[in-house]
Parts: sequence; C-alpha cells; structure tokens
Amino acid sequence: MTTVERSSPLGAAPGPSEPLLAFDGVGKTFPDGTVALDGIDLRVAPGEFVTVVGPSGCGKSTLLRIASGLDAATEGSVAVAARKIGYVFQDPTLLPWRTVQANVELLAELEGLPRAERRRLAREALELVGLSEFVGNLPHTLSGGMRMRVSLARSLTMQPEAFLFDEPFGALDEITRQRLNDELLALFATNRFAGLFVTHSVSEACFLSTRVVVLSGRPGRVLASFDVPFEYPRPPELRYSEAFGHIAGAVSARLREGSS
Amino acid sequence: MRANLQSSTVQRDGEPDARRERAAVSPGRRQRSVRRLLGLWLPPLAVLAVVLGIWYAVSYLLLSPDRRFLVPPPHAVVQVGFLTRDNLVELLGGLWLTTRVALVGLAIAVAIGMSLAILMRQARWIERSAYPYAVILQTIPILALVPLFGFWFGFGTFSRVLVCVLIALFPIIANTLFGLQSVDPRQHDLFTLHGAGRLRRLWKLELPSALPAIFTGLRISAGLSVIGAIVGDFFFKQGDPGIGVLIDLYRARLQSEQLFAAVILSSLLGVVVFWCFGYLSRRVVGRWHESGRDPTAP
Repeated sequence: MTTVERSSPLGAAPGPSEPLLAFDGVGKTFPDGTVALDGIDLRVAPGEFVTVVGPSGCGKSTLLRIASGLDAATEGSVAVAARKIGYVFQDPTLLPWRTVQANVELLAELEGLPRAERRRLAREALELVGLSEFVGNLPHTLSGGMRMRVSLARSLTMQPEAFLFDEPFGALDEITRQRLNDELLALFATNRFAGLFVTHSVSEACFLSTRVVVLSGRPGRVLASFDVPFEYPRPPELRYSEAFGHIAGAVSARLREGSS
Repeated sequence: MRANLQSSTVQRDGEPDARRERAAVSPGRRQRSVRRLLGLWLPPLAVLAVVLGIWYAVSYLLLSPDRRFLVPPPHAVVQVGFLTRDNLVELLGGLWLTTRVALVGLAIAVAIGMSLAILMRQARWIERSAYPYAVILQTIPILALVPLFGFWFGFGTFSRVLVCVLIALFPIIANTLFGLQSVDPRQHDLFTLHGAGRLRRLWKLELPSALPAIFTGLRISAGLSVIGAIVGDFFFKQGDPGIGVLIDLYRARLQSEQLFAAVILSSLLGVVVFWCFGYLSRRVVGRWHESGRDPTAP
C-alpha cells in the first residue's frame, strides 16, 4: 500500500488494513469542459467513517458517483475492495407505489434473492431504523425523516461493507437531522461498516466521522484532512463540548479559506 | 364524490375509527352533511333546470307548431325515444354496438400505442425516427381520411374500428412515452447500482412510474375513440346499425324525437366512458399519486 500524503499536519498514519475504497489522483472533467474534481487522493479503510465537506458545487456528489461506479473518472484510478456498497441518496428515492416493506425489499429483489430471505432482511433492517410499525404504509404518508430512515433501511438490507452517503439529511430540519445523525452513529458503532459521507454541514461531519476531508471550491481538490479523535459510541452532548468545538472550528476555518 | 372519499378513508383507518365516527354523528353534523350535499348538487341541478326551461321556450315560444319538429320539447323526446319500447330497444342496440367498436378500437390503440412508446424508450434512434410520424398522425385530420378506409377495407366493422384506433393512438403514445421518460434519474441510478436489466427496469420502475400519465392518455383516448366510432358509423353502414347510423337515419326520416334521444345517449356514452376511466385511474394510482385524487375528475 502506498503511503497517503495528507496536506494537513493533523493527518494520522494509514489504517492497519487494506482500504475498501482508494482514490489515486482522481480527476473528473465533464464533456462540456467543466472540471469537477482534480487530483483527489482519498482512502477509506474498514471501520473508518470519512466525511467530505466542501462548498456547494465542488464535486462532492461526483466523488460518490465515481466511487460507486455510476460515473467514471477521467483521470487517476479508483480501487474498490468492498464487495457490496450501499448508496444513500440525497432524496429518499422511494418508489411511491410500494409500501415501506416492499420498498425496503427492492434491492434484494433486484439482486434476485428469494422472497422469504428478502422479507427477513427487510424486517431486520426496518427494526434497526425503528420503523417496524410502518411496514404497510405508503411513502407519502410518512414524514421526511421517516422516509430517509426507510431509504437507510433499504441500503442496510444488502449488508454492505462500505456506505456512500450523499448529503442524506440535507433536506431535513435541524432536530430531525441530529436525531438521524445519532441513529446513524449507533448503527455505525455496532456494525462498523466503512462510510464515505458527503455533507456541507461541518458539525454533522465532525460528529459522525473518524476523519473529515475538506475539499476546495470547483474544481474540488483535497485541502486538508482532520482526524476526529472521539470514541464511539458518541453521546449527543458531544456536539456542545469544547474539544468538539475546537475541531469544528478548525474544519470551518479551512473550509472558509478554501472557498474564498 | 367527497362523501365517497371520506368513507374510504374511514375504512382504511380501520374499525375503531369507523365506530367513533359513527358515534360522533350528531343531529348538527347530519344537518351540515345534508347542507353540503345540497351545496354539491343544487348548482348543477339549477343549471339543468335553466337549460330545460330554455329548451321548452324554444320549442313552444320560438317555433310554430309546423316547425316544432326542429326542436321537439324534452317530454316528447323522453316519451318517444326512451319510453316507447321498440324505439328504446333500437337505440340501446345501436349504442351497445358503437360502444363495442369504440372499446375494441381503444384496446387495440392501447396495445399498439404502449408497445410503440416502450420501443421508443429503448433507443434514442427509434424515438427519433418514429415520433415525428406519431405527431403527423395527430396533426392530419383523421376524419378526412375516413372515406378512404371504406375503399380499402370495406364498409363494415373493420373500418369502424380502424377509425377508432387511429384517432385514439396518439394520446396513448405521447403520454406513455412522457411517463416512461419522467422517471427520477436517482431511481434509475439505484436500479443501475443493483444490476437491473432493461426488462426489470421497465417492469419495476418505468411502467409503474408512467401509470398516472398512461391513465391521463387513456382518458383522452377513450373519449376520442367514442367520437371515432360514431363518425365511423356515419360512413360505414354495413351490418347492424350503430348509434351513429341511427342518428343519420333519424335525421333523414325527420324523426326528430328519436334523433334527439340518440344524440343524448351518445353524449351520455362519452360522459360514462370518461367517468369510468377516471374511476379506474383513481382505483389504480390514486393510492399513491395525486392525479388519481384530482377533485375535478369524476
């Protein structure tokens, strides 16, 4: 494994195991000439939860699309060691004609798993996100936060080793957002999947992740990488501690420099 | 209609709610619901009364008795057209025939139209080469072509059905294609990530997403198909007479009461067909799509 060069002095030594996701000098230029990403080096090892923060339009979502294989990089290389990758989109992207249960079963259905198996996986996932009572509901009868939970449950059914999150809670109100952050952390603390989480909220980034990567404005370049030293599980009150404030302040400052 | 909606919500909410609902019906509430029903039905009934009044006025005040056959009074139309057994049998027989032609034509148009739209969705080049002709089909006056069909395909049922198919085809193609194309790209991404092939994508994502649009097309096409069947009757008179044939016949024989009765029945057919597809749409997609709950729809 090549050594990871980090532009920040806070960067720690690379993790002990092979990365599940590895970006090497990844660049993306769209056919119209827009350069979305430039020279991105990024690694996500097992058990790591990496958050990418950056100003809007800096190519954060493109990064995830490339990681998932939906888009191809125009420069550099991407190595994906995870067998299964979960992708949680900005919107819940639920099928409105399917019940919660049927929506959560969708991925297993597309992967061709037998009915009994899909049903069991869906029940378990819905249990994890606390929506067991709503299996028969249609999406339009649920609140935004609940819909996002269904979307999360849908990804959980595939038991992915790595999760990609594309600003999944961006459209929610602050309280719901914090609650879902807490729930996601609890899931991460027990399941220890690797995560690559894109957001523009610094506090969300620091609260969730083991490492925060700051991207510059377009074209997106890695400006800095900060390790977040807090142990899991993290209590909700952590957000108001002094140590948390220090890290969030440092990330914010770097973000501001990068986008000005 | 609103009462209808309410009762279905109560059912969905389950028995305990329904019981509470029933217990809560006080005299005051009943009075209010009567008033609401009146509010719902009174205005259109008032308009109907005005129309009937004008109709009578034209029959009795405007027309002299020897010209009254031009606009026979409503009760004469009902008397001769609907209450005389033989006439009614003839009218309903014709109506049924025309309905059948319209429905067969519509069914064929749906089959062809949806298949074409699905095909066009599979490849850009198919859409690019076929869609302009679909648009041309819509812009040329089909009714101007109708006499030609007689030359080519005879003056019987086949030609009548053909008119219906051609006139009903475009809204089905256009709406199905629009529905298939307006799937959320994120949902396509989701299906791509999990290796869904064309057929799975079509069956589990595109067609269900397109259903509301397809029903919109279906409702438009159903009305057009009825028009096509009646116009077809005017030109193709072989075999048992449809309602259009009867209209033409009554006109020629100056049987104006029956003519009016036939025109009213044809109009009713159009209304019923429109209503049926609205109902069907509400049953199928109303559960999850707001178009099915459109309050202006029947």
